[in-house]
Formats: sequence, C-alpha cells, structure tokens
Amino acid sequence: MKPLLKRLGLQGRTAVTAVPYLWLLLFFLIPFVIVLKISFSTSQIAMPPYEPLLQWTGDKVMQIKLNLGNFAFLVEDDLYWKAYLNSIWVASVSTFFCLLLGYPIAYAIARSNPSARNILMLLIVLPFWTSFLLRVYAWIGILKNNGLLNNFLLWIGAIEQPIQMLQTDFAVYVGIVYSYLPFMILPLYANLVKMDLTLLEAAADLGCKPWQGFLKVTLPLSLPGIRAGCLLVFIPAVGEFVIPSLLGDPGMLMIGKVLWTEFFNNRDWPVASAVAIVLLLFLVVPMMYFQRAQDAEAGGVHR
Amino acid sequence: MTSLLKHAAAIAALSVLLSACGKSRQATGDDSAAPGAAPAGAEQVVNVFNWSDYIDPEVIKDFEQATGIKVRYDVFDSNEVLETKLLTGNSGYDIVVPSAYFLQRQVQAGVFAPLDKAKLPGLANLDPDLVARAARHDPGNEHSVVYMWGTTGIGYDRAKVKAIMPDAPVDSWQLIFNPAVLAKFKDCGVSMLDDPTDMVGTALLFLGKDPNSESEADLKAAEDALMKIRPYLRTIHSSQYIDQLANGELCIVVGYSGDVLQARDRAEEAGKPLDIGYSIPQQGALMWFDTLAIPADAAHKDAAHKFIEYLLQPEVAAKNSDFVNFANANKAATPLVNADLRNDTNIYPTPEVAARLQPSLAKSAEFTRALNRSWTRFVTGR
Repeated sequence: MKPLLKRLGLQGRTAVTAVPYLWLLLFFLIPFVIVLKISFSTSQIAMPPYEPLLQWTGDKVMQIKLNLGNFAFLVEDDLYWKAYLNSIWVASVSTFFCLLLGYPIAYAIARSNPSARNILMLLIVLPFWTSFLLRVYAWIGILKNNGLLNNFLLWIGAIEQPIQMLQTDFAVYVGIVYSYLPFMILPLYANLVKMDLTLLEAAADLGCKPWQGFLKVTLPLSLPGIRAGCLLVFIPAVGEFVIPSLLGDPGMLMIGKVLWTEFFNNRDWPVASAVAIVLLLFLVVPMMYFQRAQDAEAGGVHR
Repeated sequence: MTSLLKHAAAIAALSVLLSACGKSRQATGDDSAAPGAAPAGAEQVVNVFNWSDYIDPEVIKDFEQATGIKVRYDVFDSNEVLETKLLTGNSGYDIVVPSAYFLQRQVQAGVFAPLDKAKLPGLANLDPDLVARAARHDPGNEHSVVYMWGTTGIGYDRAKVKAIMPDAPVDSWQLIFNPAVLAKFKDCGVSMLDDPTDMVGTALLFLGKDPNSESEADLKAAEDALMKIRPYLRTIHSSQYIDQLANGELCIVVGYSGDVLQARDRAEEAGKPLDIGYSIPQQGALMWFDTLAIPADAAHKDAAHKFIEYLLQPEVAAKNSDFVNFANANKAATPLVNADLRNDTNIYPTPEVAARLQPSLAKSAEFTRALNRSWTRFVTGR
C-alpha cells in the first residue's frame, strides 16, 4: 500500500484527506455536472430524451449547443418562483417548530444525570430503526378520520364529528417536524452537553437570575448548535416530496412536486434539471453562510 | 403517553403495511438477481419487469417447467419508473409492461424492438376490436401485445351515496362534474386521479367533446369544468384512494376499474364488507391497455417471444385474469375466465358500452406541457 501511495506522490496526510474529496467528486460533483449538462439541453423524443450538448460534425469540428431557455422559462412562468417561495416558507415554519420543541428536549437531556443521558439519546435515535416511509404511513393511521387521534377525541367527548386532519397543511407540518426533530436535537445536545456549567455559577454569583443566566450565557453559547440544527432541518425540508404527497392537501404547491411533474409528466428532463439546479443554489447559499460562520468561530478560538 | 403513542403508531404502521400488501406478494423468481447479468449459454433466461401483483405466480412456474427457461421477475408500481429506466437504456429487461399511453411515446423514441409475429401464432386468439383500438397507440401493433385492459370510471360506496342522495346519478358524469350534485358529497369524501390526461379527457367526455382534443379552447373548457368542482375534492391521488375507499374514508372516487374492485376486496378481507360499486358512465369513459413489449436492447429476444406466446394461450390468459381481476384481450380465453368476472359488465362491458369507450392517446410535447400546467392550476386551486 505504502509504495503505491508513494508512487502516486501522496503523503499519509494527503492520502487521508483525499478520501472525502474523492467521495465528493464521485457522488456530488460528477452527478451535479451531469444534471447541469442536461439543464442546458433541449428535450426530444428519443433515448435519452434530450439532445446531446457536444456534437462532432466530422472535419474535426466539435459543436457545443447550449440552451439557456430552460432557465429563462423558470422566470417566465410564476409557477416556479411561487413553488420555491412556498417550499421555503414551509421549511422555515417546520424549522421553527423543530427548534421550539427540540431545544427544551436537548436541554433537558444535556442537564440530566449522565447515566440517563445515553438512554435518553437512544430514545431520540430509536425511531430511525424504522423506515422513514413507514413512520409517515403511521401518521396516516393516526390522523385519518377514523384514525387513532380522532377516535380518541371522540371517545373523551372533546369533539362530536371527526376533524379532517389528514390532507391538510397541518398534517404536513406534523409529518416534517416529527421526521426531522432528531436532526435538531442531536447537534443541540452535542453543543449543550459540552457547556461549562461554572459559567452559569459565575453568572449567578454576579446576580443573574436563572432565566437571565439562560438568556445571557446558555443561549448565546448554543448558537452554533442552533445553526447546525436549523440547517439540518431546513435543507431537506425545502425539497421534501414524500411527506406532502402522503399527508398533504394536493393543493399545497411544493417545488419537489413541480420537479416531479417536469420530469415524469412533461418528460422534459432539461427543464426538470434546471429546476433542480436552482433548488440546489437555494440550498448551497445557506450552507456556505453556515460554513463561513463556523470558520469565523474557529478563528476566534485560535486567537 | 409518548410510549403509548409510539406503540399505537407501530401497530398502525404494521396494519397499514399489511393492508398495503393485500393478498401477500408472492415472491416470484429471484428478485435480488441483477437482471442484466445473463449467464453464458443465453436464451435460457428471460427478465420480466411487470406491475406488482399482476400475474398468477403459478403461470411463471408452469412456463419455467414447460420451456426450461428461467424467469427473472421484477416489479414496478408506476409507468414513470418504468419509462425512466427504458429511456436511459440498458434496462436489462427482456419484457416490460407499459400502459399504452406511455408505450405510444416510447415507440416514437425507439425504445422497443419490432415483434417477430411468426413466433407468436397465439396473436390469433386476441379480440380484433381491442387489437384495432390498441393499434391507435402502436401503429400496426408492431411492438406490443395487449395484456390486460380496463376503464377509468366512477367507484362509489352504494350505501353512503344512497343515504345522501337517493337518486344520485351514479351512471353519469353529472355525479362528478355537476357542482350542485358533487357538493352534497363533499363531507363524505371525494377523490380524483392525479392524472391530467385521463381527468381532462374525462371532463371533455362530460362536455361532449373529443377526449383527445389538443385544442386550446377545449383544454380551457375542461379546466373550467374541473375548477368548478375543485372545492369539493378531498384528495387528488392515483393510488391512495384504494385504501381510503376500502376503509370508508371516501365515498366517491374517479378511478381505474381494477383498483375499485381491489378496494372492494380489501374491505371484505378487513372484515368490513362495503357495497362498493363501479360504473362506466353513459357519456362514455377512457380505456387503458397494459401491453407486453420487448426493449430494443433486450438480450434474450427469443425467450421473450416464447414468454409472450405462452401468455397468449387462452387457459393461461384466463388464469391471469382470475388472479388480477382485470379483463384480458384474449377472446378465446373469455369462456375460461371465472364466471363472476366474465359476467361483470363493468369488467367485460357489453358491446353497447364498449362502443362508448375511447382511448387516451399520447399528446404532442407542447400540448402535454400546456395540459400539465393547466392541471397544476387546477390541483393547487389557483
């Protein structure tokens, strides 16, 4: 192994960092370039259903044909930006509720008896042992008109008629918050459990009431955890397709569904690819912001 | 409370899973084997890609015994999944089962190999009328053989509909497209297919127009008709309605004939038999075909022809129909089909009703885009 690495001119450290780069190259960059390529093509009835970008026209001439119309099309029709905006809205609301629920849970676990922590964290992760799809289906069983929740409410006499909960926006929010809550709790917990509790004692000594101590010490210190948790929830929620289609009102306009229609119903792979590229840009921007904030923080520690 | 809820959720999930599986998915053939990896000494294997629960597993065993050809059987559950695999090429399958509406575009894209009809004497068993109808999708039936067919009509819970409106026009599209009528069933639960081609075509049938019209004015008229009933629809989905009709969440659906019958069977299996009816309305309905076809890059074309020829045998076709509850296109098989199925005029329509059935043809790319855009406006209600 070593002579091979040497021959390739790789030292131990470079070889180790090469692995994640190779991974990103194979499973992120190359697929991305393929999608980008298709987004500049034109659809046609053939296999594959789009025109090639590069063409040899004999005589050693290579033609490149770029079609920018797919991106222009996304601007012309209000369907696309409305769907993007609505997806971002749904993801933001879901992220907010995940934070609202996740913070107290992570806080309680981080401050609990160390021996209990592992069990509590296990309980948070436990649902992942069941397939995601199955857990969303379980919510159908809970929310439907003759489902668990409605029957329970009828039984205790809180309602007289079942409430229509399935196929509403409420069901979508329940589904997203439930599915992504662990992604909020895990980074928050990792952050809160590391916190130096003597800082709170110092704050108390200096006259802070517990809630003031929380607001002035714990909350600012946990900001990196909040940021990480929010991004981990927000990013997949923007492109969510399964939960709205199983639990939601069909009228809920989400970009995932628009992408599906372009790809499968219109069979217009180039426009579908353009939608995906723009969606990716929407997701990469907050990620880069996150990265920069983290770098700034790391820099601060070194000083 | 949380643990109780989790427990309950687990049970709910399990029951959903069980009911979704319906009458147990018989494992047929070696699903895990990569379909492309044919052993040397080819021709001794055929890779079939079919809809789930869409063949009698015994038929596969019998075919393997009769011919010595091993069947590798894979299943899909949407035309879209199949189409994507076919369009990217090298699917590795020797026989696929697209619906004719999708097949039509795929034939144009050059996905399929022409059939060698000399190897398929069983084609003579097919109903000439249905063959002629299928030829509108695949000119000259050069690339495909009709496997099963059905219609897009109205499924309804007889008791609930009768309780709300004793003289409900269940045999007319008035039930769906007359807002004054449909409004009465809003709370009872109404659903429609998430299928722009079929639903716009159906709206055009109600309006007395050609369901395959590509005129802008007709599309607008259909969209207006659909928009008027949009407030009364609870869901617009192409498969969820089966379970929802079976467990009483819905009372009227626009759906596929076989799916509505499946809902009735599921209700029976769950021990809550519902009187679920299906009707082909008097204004006519769209019909669909599922067809057998051989991809142009199939590695085992000869074995594929043998498999198709086997499926064309009347007793085999009847066996499959009995299993899947759909009508086959095999005229010689009709007397062999289970009497319940054969005499159900919603599955084997009378010639008068059959005359009112119309195909759902593939549309131009431009019209398809306009159609889907119109459909999104309708679904989102704006």
